[in-house]
Amino acid sequence: MDNEILLMKGNEAIAHAAIRCGCDGYFGYPITPQSEVLETLAAEKPWETTGMVVVQAESEVASINMVYGGGAVGKRVMTSSSSPGVALMQEGIAYMAGAELPGLIVNVQRGGPGLGTIQPSQGDYFQSTRGGGNGDYYVIVLAPASVQEMADFVELSFELAFKYRTPVIMLSDGVIGQMMEKVVLPPFKPRRTDDEVRQQCPWAATGMRGRKKNIMTSLELEPTAMEEHNLHLQRKYQEIREKEVRCEELQTEDAEYLIVAFGSASRIAQKAIEQCREKGIRVGMLRPITLWPFPTGKLQGLAQKVKGILCVEINAGQMVEDVRLAVNGSVPVCHYGRMGGIVPAPDEIVNEIEKMTD
Amino acid sequence: MQDIIKPENLVYKKPALLNDNPMHYCPGCSHSVVHKLIAEVIEEMGMTERTIGISPVGCAVFAYNYIDIDWIEAAHGRAPAIACAAKRLWPSNLIFTYQGDGDLACIGTAETIHSLNRGDNIVIIFVNNAIYGMTGGQMAPTTLMGMKTSTCPYGRQADLHGFPLKLTEIAATLEGTCYVTRQAVNKVAYIRRAKQALRKAFEYSMQGKGSSLVEIVSTCSSGWKKTPEEANQWMEDHMFPYYKLGDLKDIEN
Repeated sequence: MDNEILLMKGNEAIAHAAIRCGCDGYFGYPITPQSEVLETLAAEKPWETTGMVVVQAESEVASINMVYGGGAVGKRVMTSSSSPGVALMQEGIAYMAGAELPGLIVNVQRGGPGLGTIQPSQGDYFQSTRGGGNGDYYVIVLAPASVQEMADFVELSFELAFKYRTPVIMLSDGVIGQMMEKVVLPPFKPRRTDDEVRQQCPWAATGMRGRKKNIMTSLELEPTAMEEHNLHLQRKYQEIREKEVRCEELQTEDAEYLIVAFGSASRIAQKAIEQCREKGIRVGMLRPITLWPFPTGKLQGLAQKVKGILCVEINAGQMVEDVRLAVNGSVPVCHYGRMGGIVPAPDEIVNEIEKMTD
Repeated sequence: MQDIIKPENLVYKKPALLNDNPMHYCPGCSHSVVHKLIAEVIEEMGMTERTIGISPVGCAVFAYNYIDIDWIEAAHGRAPAIACAAKRLWPSNLIFTYQGDGDLACIGTAETIHSLNRGDNIVIIFVNNAIYGMTGGQMAPTTLMGMKTSTCPYGRQADLHGFPLKLTEIAATLEGTCYVTRQAVNKVAYIRRAKQALRKAFEYSMQGKGSSLVEIVSTCSSGWKKTPEEANQWMEDHMFPYYKLGDLKDIEN
């Protein structure tokens, strides 16, 4: 089975990768277009093989609090949902950030606002990269652009979540979740034993067993202590900014124009770049893999070499704000996006690039 | 004097799990007695090293400051969801939530009912004082008809506020519960019974029998604007007739 090339949906790949990377628990609630994650886990019955717990919760509010509880006891736990459901989870994510609890939240985005549509969107960029709940916090946001990355980023998310004791969001969308592609699943890795969890997570509420008591909380009424806690969080976020930026460059060496796109938009932009180059316009792409921390430094470097930047998103223009903040007026920055469940076509992007060359 | 302090003459002592931090609870409040009973039962069961409490939002938010075990502080109403995960991921641990009526029977109604209905092997301790104490005495889902609070200053009335919710009665109808009981701690006999109830609920959870709900009908002298003595009398006269004490469900009986 190892290294075998399989064909499956992004949502299914997440479920299989979770079982294989030693995930201890999944807690979720059905919502289109991500229900295959829970359905695949239910069909696979990992509780009979790896011992992974799978619970269909009563709501997304309950799901995220189960993830809070699982992180609090030092276990590798996750949930998945789509935009309206992830909106409901924001309280729990803020509590996890405050109490410094690890956990993975997968958002297979659909269009909004409100109930919106079940079609794909990237409209939750602001919500994901700006905290999303109350208070001063960030979460690490990974943006998969293929079914392979849906599988690979599960393990990566858990590693980052435990390294920094923070919630991690995988910001996917209905395109990546629903499309079928070839994928090589990660090799099987056993779940950590209870002793290993206690050893690796001395901070967790695992039962005292000889040590002093641990309290998992985001509450502190003494202002100087609470400010110190906030400063501690900010120092952690700064460390993440310095160490965990991930991005991918495509044909930037000779590029006159740069597209910045993430997730499924980057896949469409890739086709547009081919078409532009056939027309003799040298276009390259920067694909942020971490949306927070944003690849600001990399983008500043590339901005020195190009005549203009086009930010392609499946929203009204959200990441473009981070692009503009990064380049700080040094080069023109345009945005192209579609909404309401409509995904931009490559020729629309080519058209936008051509406008910039006029 | 030396005779009195001999170990064999000891008639009462503070449970070791209850530390010396000064409690923030008001005089006459039931929380401190319930805390003591929990500490005693955990100690007597030999579960000190394997117990995790989930504290609520409300007056008992700082329960973790008084009982020396591992704790998880929950968002308002979400303690049962946290307990569900903590227990399923670590079945050898004893998991209980400690919640008030606003936390459990209002904002967390869904989490409470669904945890109980799933039969999560946890214990939910429900301190019902018919009012929001921490925020200064507002109407709760359990506020009695006619009872005055800061948000029903002319008394609770059905057309404006609906009726006091008996969540414990609902819990007794759920297949997932193994033990549902309503207790009080205002008299020595009641305290003894409440302790037995807690012990039974904790044991059932470790035996994998399902969910337990232990309601403690309680006072809130500050919220009720009464002296501790008046509050205890008022509880007997008004709370007990509506929230009747005793076991509602015990699968072993």
